Amino acid sequence: MRYAMAIDTKKCVGCSDCVVACQTENNVPIGYCRDWITETVEGSYPNLAIELRSERCNHCDNAPCVRCCPTGASQIVDGGIVITVADECIGCGACIESCPYEARYTHPDGYVDKCTFCLHRVEEGLLPACVSVCPTNCMYFGDIDDPNSDISKILKNRKQKTLAPEAGTGPQIYYLS
Amino acid sequence: MRTNRRQFIRISALGLGGVATAATAVGAGGSVLSIFDSSDEGPNINFKRYPTYCEVCFWKCAAWTHVNEDGEIVKIIGNDDDPHCNGRLCPRGTGGVGMYTDTDRLKTPLIRVKDGDKDTFREASWEEALDLVASKMKGIKEKYGSESFALLKHGSSGSHFEHLFKAYGSDTIGEPAYAQCRGPRETAFSATFGSWVGSPEPTDIRDTKCLVLIGSHIGENMHNSQVQEMSEAIDRGATIITVDPRMSTAASKSKYWLAIKPATDIALLLAWMHVIIYDKLYDEAYINKYTYGFEDLKNHVKNFTPEWAYGITTIDPSVIRKTAREMAQAAPAVIIHPGRHVVWYGDDTQRERAMAILNGLLGSWGKRGGFYLKEKLAIPKFPQPAYPHPKWGWEELGEHYPLAQMGITNELIRASIPEEDTKHKVKAWFVSGTNLVKTIPNKDLLEKALDSLEFLVVCDTMPMDITGYADVVLPECTYLERYDGIRSATNREPSVALRMPAVKPKYNTKPSWWMGKEIGERLGLGAYYNYKEYSEVLDWQLKKIGTSLEEMERIGVKKYERGSGPLYIGDGEDYEFPTNTGKVELYSTELAALGFDPMPVFTQHPEPEEGFYHLNYGRAPMHTFSRTANNPNLSDLMDENKIWINPRVAKIWNLKKDQEIYLKNQDGVVSSFPIKVRITERIRWDSVYMVHGFGHTNKKLTNAYGKGASDTEMITKVMIDPEMGGTGMRGNFVTFITDKNLVES
Repeated sequence: MRYAMAIDTKKCVGCSDCVVACQTENNVPIGYCRDWITETVEGSYPNLAIELRSERCNHCDNAPCVRCCPTGASQIVDGGIVITVADECIGCGACIESCPYEARYTHPDGYVDKCTFCLHRVEEGLLPACVSVCPTNCMYFGDIDDPNSDISKILKNRKQKTLAPEAGTGPQIYYLS
Repeated sequence: MRTNRRQFIRISALGLGGVATAATAVGAGGSVLSIFDSSDEGPNINFKRYPTYCEVCFWKCAAWTHVNEDGEIVKIIGNDDDPHCNGRLCPRGTGGVGMYTDTDRLKTPLIRVKDGDKDTFREASWEEALDLVASKMKGIKEKYGSESFALLKHGSSGSHFEHLFKAYGSDTIGEPAYAQCRGPRETAFSATFGSWVGSPEPTDIRDTKCLVLIGSHIGENMHNSQVQEMSEAIDRGATIITVDPRMSTAASKSKYWLAIKPATDIALLLAWMHVIIYDKLYDEAYINKYTYGFEDLKNHVKNFTPEWAYGITTIDPSVIRKTAREMAQAAPAVIIHPGRHVVWYGDDTQRERAMAILNGLLGSWGKRGGFYLKEKLAIPKFPQPAYPHPKWGWEELGEHYPLAQMGITNELIRASIPEEDTKHKVKAWFVSGTNLVKTIPNKDLLEKALDSLEFLVVCDTMPMDITGYADVVLPECTYLERYDGIRSATNREPSVALRMPAVKPKYNTKPSWWMGKEIGERLGLGAYYNYKEYSEVLDWQLKKIGTSLEEMERIGVKKYERGSGPLYIGDGEDYEFPTNTGKVELYSTELAALGFDPMPVFTQHPEPEEGFYHLNYGRAPMHTFSRTANNPNLSDLMDENKIWINPRVAKIWNLKKDQEIYLKNQDGVVSSFPIKVRITERIRWDSVYMVHGFGHTNKKLTNAYGKGASDTEMITKVMIDPEMGGTGMRGNFVTFITDKNLVES
């Protein structure tokens, strides 16, 4: 089993609902976030292309944050989800430095925090909060080892990319275009 | 310089401790949601959930407020059964919890007092505050008649005060949602199809083949179900055509983006009509059976060729032809979207008429993929005596605008100024849920009116700018802490939604139904309030429509079968449109009879002088007007607006990214606060753009004070729509002040 997320940039309007839903679901303090929106604009007026992306931890296959963690607080659990265990984290910040996606932050309580794909929800058979709230339905989440999952089907049919593939981390957030 | 009799009070003037009472979960009702056992993974244990519908904007999506074991609201999740949201709230709805947790909330009633020669607020008890409001209402009634006390309102709270005012004998009621927003489209679509558009708009985006947006930026305005349906339309490969001087988010998703020169939309719309008619792209049988005035329209648009429009709009004639053909191919599954905030240049009813006529030509009204025939459930009125008949009201105040369908706020404001030549005079205002300072253009006129008032009550949840002008401030609890009227709105199928409190009101705040009742009883209007709790009214009404308060507290939303017939007009079906002629009026008999242009005419609007730029403004998906700017969750996403400037213009001015500049408009008005520069290709070189609702002047709004600039402040030139009285606000131009020393303090 391998969990992954696909985000359709043709539909995303960059509204940030995923960001707020994550904050309220995971009690992320105001001023911090586990996911965020980026906008890129290419071309010059009026020949323009805009891409809006909801970004977060890429739950990499080859996660540098896990490799560099001195205490083992950063770890990969079932389904390839990368988590940090707050109790084991000493807040040294090595993982923050190692992440090419800047997906980690130091929680005011001293430990490093990040997207968990809403593991607590996924374990209950629910979708991550960001996916379940998205008004444009532009996010797909599921098991890419299962060829019949929605995410497998959409990844089969659509043009896609990952962010910073050159970093060699094996990112698992796919952007559809 | 006029002296301000009504000194603006920043709410922080007097110590505003306001005892913060801990929130307590409401015992009765609601259902336990236990999707999570217990886990140390997060805060999700056993939540109780209570139904509500959102009040962060007017879409009113139904949702569940989740409360944890400590009685704290943790999250709000859309109700799956609700056609307004389909279980998915927008960022504002999800962030609605911030309205509740905001520590800057109004916490206790306030009364204006003199402290030496300075005005200030003192904390007051509800008893005192309501006694004062009631005595002033009595006084105004005796002195001038109850008609002279006006109500300016927005949202659910407004309806409770509307009831109070009608019982009291005043129909002098207005809301910016009309003359500062959607009024012209309602007049125009009524003149064309005999039916106004209403909210939510009956646009059948779900099944459309072609969606045309004229300056409407769905996706930046998060009109929830429309955003959802536009996304479905993208998935289905529907054609989207967006006309906007700015590359909006919607434009970036469109097959065609027509980067139009500002203020020239009518020329484009006329050229589209020309192509559809002269290239015979219309359905002749439909035109003959259902429309009125086709030959008149044909003659009218004869010379309005795409080449003619090119010189005005800067849109390539071949693109005008191509897009007209795309629309015609999709017809009748095509939507020329009426938009929502449509008060732009004063000829807005006519521009909206042009949009309605295009829909008429393409036969999309009442058709699948066009506009569905909306329906809503009538909610029975709780027994009460008939309202008295006021001698005059909003209609008389708006007499110069024969097609106004609601109170015109700007006329009501004019009538509040003694020097203005109006037949009737307004002496006092009750303002509920609308921050007029960030809504009404021409601040001078507004301040003159505020100065002239004998009494001003403001009811709000937050110390918005307008509260600083009040004599009495009534702090309302948020929508998450109160019962309100049943939501019944037009949609494909009728549905009702319930709002109930998830927690008890924080601080010393109260629901507006309670305030209305308390004031009403003090005025001897107890017969209009024949209940103790508002829940009694709801239960009575809900039982009349086959449900009950008990059931609705469990389910939140109830759907009903349509009772008015099919969702669409059948092909070739005999159908009478509720217009004068019974047809879709391409030529408006109503407008002609009143001496207005029966078909839209293009008029050239003024251009900016050198160094000035068209001021365009709009929405951001995480904010609703100015009301969310202080919301901790939402200001965290966007805490200020920036001024969008084309790189070429930035180069001329030598502007850098995030440099702070002041704006100055054509009348010399300088923004109160600086605004950061956003250099982007997304905006034309003759225009700038900013998100509406920032630049708050009340220091008590600690997240929002001084962040960004107010577009409303820059809007001093107002072009009034002669048909319905709307305030056209897009004819303002700004230039930049880069040197702080040049700003007079």
